[in-house]
Amino acid sequence: MAYTKRFDGRKADEIRPIEAKVGVVKRALGSASFKTGKTWAFAAVQGPKDINRFQQDPEKGVLRCNYNMMAFSGSGERVRPGPSRRSKEISMVTGKALLPVIDLGSFPGAAIDVYIELVQTDAGTRCAGITAAAMALADAGIPMNDLVTSVAVGVIDNKVFVDVNKEEEDYEDGMADIAVAMSVRTKKITLLQLDGFVSREELKKALESAYGACEKIKEVQVKALKDKYKV
Amino acid sequence: MINVIKEHMESIFEKGTREDGRKFDAYRKITVEYGISPKSAEGSAKVTIGDTIVVAGIKLEVGTPFPDTPDEGALMVNAELLPLSNPKFEMGPPTIDSIELSRVTDRVIRESRFVDFNKLCIKKGEKCWMIMVDIYPLNDAGNLFDAAALAALAALKDAKYPEFDGEKVDYSKRTNKSLPLGKLPMACTIMKIGNTLFVDPTPVEEEVIDSRLTIGLLDDDRVCSMQKGGEEGLTIEEVDKMVELAIKKAKELRNALK
Repeated sequence: MAYTKRFDGRKADEIRPIEAKVGVVKRALGSASFKTGKTWAFAAVQGPKDINRFQQDPEKGVLRCNYNMMAFSGSGERVRPGPSRRSKEISMVTGKALLPVIDLGSFPGAAIDVYIELVQTDAGTRCAGITAAAMALADAGIPMNDLVTSVAVGVIDNKVFVDVNKEEEDYEDGMADIAVAMSVRTKKITLLQLDGFVSREELKKALESAYGACEKIKEVQVKALKDKYKV
Repeated sequence: MINVIKEHMESIFEKGTREDGRKFDAYRKITVEYGISPKSAEGSAKVTIGDTIVVAGIKLEVGTPFPDTPDEGALMVNAELLPLSNPKFEMGPPTIDSIELSRVTDRVIRESRFVDFNKLCIKKGEKCWMIMVDIYPLNDAGNLFDAAALAALAALKDAKYPEFDGEKVDYSKRTNKSLPLGKLPMACTIMKIGNTLFVDPTPVEEEVIDSRLTIGLLDDDRVCSMQKGGEEGLTIEEVDKMVELAIKKAKELRNALK
């Protein structure tokens, strides 16, 4: 049977309930938490820090990202603590997703560190991490020309579904899972990863849906940032 | 710099005050939230002490008992000092501080016999439940020792077994059976600067302490574990006073888990 009705009853273009908060880690320069459905990410910005001469860039600061799932946050057995191939790749693409909007010109020779921790996971963890990290960078006062907003969209039976959860992600072989991050203001995509089968038309449709979802998520990001300074 | 802070601390301590105006035996506000990661972890909790935030999660796995304890389950406690929570923490292999935090918390749970290891045995010598406790600070505003112990104990209380059919664990289904737990122990860390004993340090106080003593206590006030830290020695009288204060404060900490 074709997948038309979503497991959790959402509409195809409906994101999960989301919750964003800024300034949650008081000891960091900037921080945020972002929840979408059951996926829950924390991000904090530490720095600027002194780094090894070989890693330095004399012109601008270096952005270092680190994505980590807490050992108890996986859906099966305990996740072994420490970096894995998967977490290292996600850390790398997270950095690349965030870099286009931030200006590190005021930190030559130093590093800005972004740490992302997942407390609970239900798919879309890298997207939740990026969304939280963008808020944390803004909270830290790093110059940015926009936020970065991220969402995962899925293509199942030729239909596009935004913000897929784990149940949908595991639905069938060949289900296309597309992680997208973008600057909503410029509509430029800064992260794009795809697993599964998808036609050219479907991909275009999926990216438009992702943009629609990111617009909604960005509103929540902005509100969270503004709320911190509400009197 | 440290010396200047230390002198300042000693001088305000002599006047009977602390940098945040608390009494020497006063904890900051403690909150406990159970089940913060209910989909992923079999048990979880978030504890805050003032601005300090620590989360702990339990994963239950079926494994082989250790050869020297064939009819007992196993407990593993791991704490990681996330660089997210404190600008001084760095990435990389576990530091000595994170190992100490893990092991001190481990001993409070283990030595108090809080967990009935025999009841974790499924089949002697072959199968047993292994309790994996993972502790993470999200914001280090001081006193990670007490917060970590509280979070670990709360997560253990929150834990429910996943479904197990004798062969495989089905993590998507959870039973309503709790872990075999006994009477709740508690850990309380007493700090010392100069001649003053105090509890629940801020990060600045923590940096300039002379010594600290983490005391694990049973519910009948007997001591079940201890760890001394810091660079200065303690007299027998001081240890005795620290235990007295810990017994008093442990009662208060217990209330947070009720």
